[in-house]
Amino acid sequence: MNHPVTLSLRTGLLASALALAAGGALAQTTVNAVMHSDLRVLDPVITTAHITRDHAYMIYDVLIAQDAQGEMQPQMADFTVSDDGLTYTFTLREGLTFHDGAPVTAADVVASLTRWGKRDTGGQLLMDVTASLTAQDDRTVVWTLSEPFSAFLATVGKPSAVPPFIMPARIAATPPDQAIEEHIGSGPFRFVSEEFQPGVGVTYEKFAEYIPRDEPASGYAGGKVVNVDRVRWMTMADSMTAVNALQSGDIDLIESMPVDLIPLTEGDDAVLVELRSPFGFQTMGRMNFKHPPFDNPQIRRAAMMAMSQEPVLAALMGDPQYYKTCGAIFGCGTPYENTTGTETLTAGGDPEGARALLEEAGYDGTPVVLMQPTDGPTLRAQPVVAAEQLRAAGFTVDMQPMDWQTLVTRRASQAAPADGGWNMFFTNWEISEIANPVINVMLNGRGDQAWFGWPDDPKIEELKQQYIAAKTPEEQKAAAEAIQAHAMETVSYVPLGEYQFPQARRTVLTDMLPTPVPVFWNLTKTEE
Amino acid sequence: MTSYLIRRILSVIPVLFLVSIFVFLLLRLTPGDPAAIIAGDNATPETLARIREAMGLNEPLLTQYVKWMGGILQGDFGRSLISGVPVLDMVAGRIGPSISLAVMTIVITILVAIPMGVIAAWKHRSWVDHLVMSFSVLGFSVPVFLVGYVLLLVFSVKLAWLPPQGYRPLTDGLGPFLERAILPSLTLASIYIALIARMTRAAMLDVLNEDYIRTARAKGVGERRLLFVHALKNAAVPIVTIVGAGFALLISGVVVTETIFNIPGIGRLTVDAVLARDYPVIQALILLTATLYVAVNLLIDLSYPLFDPRIRY
Repeated sequence: MNHPVTLSLRTGLLASALALAAGGALAQTTVNAVMHSDLRVLDPVITTAHITRDHAYMIYDVLIAQDAQGEMQPQMADFTVSDDGLTYTFTLREGLTFHDGAPVTAADVVASLTRWGKRDTGGQLLMDVTASLTAQDDRTVVWTLSEPFSAFLATVGKPSAVPPFIMPARIAATPPDQAIEEHIGSGPFRFVSEEFQPGVGVTYEKFAEYIPRDEPASGYAGGKVVNVDRVRWMTMADSMTAVNALQSGDIDLIESMPVDLIPLTEGDDAVLVELRSPFGFQTMGRMNFKHPPFDNPQIRRAAMMAMSQEPVLAALMGDPQYYKTCGAIFGCGTPYENTTGTETLTAGGDPEGARALLEEAGYDGTPVVLMQPTDGPTLRAQPVVAAEQLRAAGFTVDMQPMDWQTLVTRRASQAAPADGGWNMFFTNWEISEIANPVINVMLNGRGDQAWFGWPDDPKIEELKQQYIAAKTPEEQKAAAEAIQAHAMETVSYVPLGEYQFPQARRTVLTDMLPTPVPVFWNLTKTEE
Repeated sequence: MTSYLIRRILSVIPVLFLVSIFVFLLLRLTPGDPAAIIAGDNATPETLARIREAMGLNEPLLTQYVKWMGGILQGDFGRSLISGVPVLDMVAGRIGPSISLAVMTIVITILVAIPMGVIAAWKHRSWVDHLVMSFSVLGFSVPVFLVGYVLLLVFSVKLAWLPPQGYRPLTDGLGPFLERAILPSLTLASIYIALIARMTRAAMLDVLNEDYIRTARAKGVGERRLLFVHALKNAAVPIVTIVGAGFALLISGVVVTETIFNIPGIGRLTVDAVLARDYPVIQALILLTATLYVAVNLLIDLSYPLFDPRIRY
């Protein structure tokens, strides 16, 4: 016979056990990741920082998105185009809500696009030909152009540098040069503001009310189905610490794995090192068109002729598995891949030819002030190798080491190099940021309004207009080829090849989408 | 004593005022542009200029200083130029790990270094003394990052006894706190033990040669009491001074250890703010550090009469 107290105790224990079991089943799944950089700026319009864009993909949604094949697909909205190609009508999906519970309306879309159009390079060009952008009703946005803009969908759906993320109209009313102070989107994750600590980490929670599209996820398009409860991005200043944390299971993912640390993970079956996407970064050099010697196009050509991509990439990455020579200014593997004018760069350089060209140009030995950032692991090698290559061709090079912050201040100076200005610097771009003539800022030829270096090049502006006005993909491609030929003739910039950091993940993370921008929908995490 | 205390506290005000002017001007004279950090790499010069204007960086320096100082007098240290987070929140979030790490390091240091120094002085020129001195030289010579990495390699990677990184506050429980704080504290303590043990030994050697020690021995006082009560108390003043200064240093600047063990402390916050030219954060941290040093020095001074009754305020 069971004693009542014992029975009650047993029942209680059983209930507790069931509760514990249920608790276990409901335990939150958190993905801990170390991203390529620390998140500091939260406004995806004011900055072009990649980490801010990655953050924006977590919490905001976009009207249309690029799929795995590079085609633009409906995301928040379905769209139609008028026969004359001048009117685009977007109809928002039903049930879209912001994280504060408010419904997403066409007015929010118009306000977000307007703010983006004042800041983004492609957006500005699009706004130049916009006749009207209006909310026809709560769910319909009508965008009318004054002239055809062949890259319309490619610009509105581009994944970088600044995609047009949709935010509430009251937040999008913030001037584009001032950072927004509320971070509310309608994307698949919610920003947990109370857990945001710049320099330490940021947390995102699954947004339960998000309604994914029915199509399977593809690229940045399709259903954004979230299979984890929380994602935490942790800042780890030391890569070695991050690798230790990955191997111990403290974190699940290192987005950008230093190549020299890969051997540490060899033999560890719980960790996988892989290239997430076929696209990486292009590294490049930019000359100052305003001051001697690079105000002379022939001397710019001589400098490009003196350079060779392979040694630069080898110094930057070390392992050839993670870099490749590529003479295409729009990136290799992109629709506009073309290598006109970059033959010497990928064939080992031509120092003798460069020396002859320099003599012909009457180079007088004016020192080339070359800025070398010493605090950026992906930026410090290029100037060192380039300096050697330029010297071998007869240039006098004055390489000046400095931190990146000093460099970005100095490169904005139009003063003569001897008075605090500069002649050349190097930086890197994600391929998606340079993949067409509209978004590639180095191809801006508007003099003082152009990107640092300030080329005054009306011809390239004319060629870009031809690209924008092109009616077929073939015409666009032909225009892009003409731009590449002209850009290399005038040496708008020197493409120095492509490289890519692999990601390292624990094998408990599966189904990650192979997108250049790391996204956290679709993936799953199994308990270890 | 009270009037001394008030005098000392009041004397801090002009010091902090001068520090604030010096730091403010120095930062503005350093090359760098927070607007460039915000805007990203492909911002045109025109965009940068507009952002700089919106951030108030184009205002005259005097106007900027007056605005900043006016805010501080009302308890508002401003917001980070880069993230927009209030500076006080940023500092408050980082001070806990720094203080925890500093306290634990100092406790380990005192528990190990002072007995080591006392024993080394007591066994002067014996093998024990040589051992302590050898450890001291080693502690000074081996860079702190190497000690950190070796501890990580042994206890986290090879033995898997302790997690390799991170910080858990004491409110999460003593176990989780200790398992993440022990390696960084031992790393930092390695150099402090070397320093304090040496200091203790030197101070004790001076005291042990005093006449009153010989008298105490002659009166039959036991060696333990002689060393730790009679001698150590008299040797304490320089030791306390160094321990206090070390504590302030531990809170404000242990960047390498914080980085290796991923401790979200004040050191990394300072370095990140400097690299990003985040002026309000740097200014607040330097004022905090200056205040901390003044406060620690004051506490050290006030503690002297505890060890040496001849000192009076």
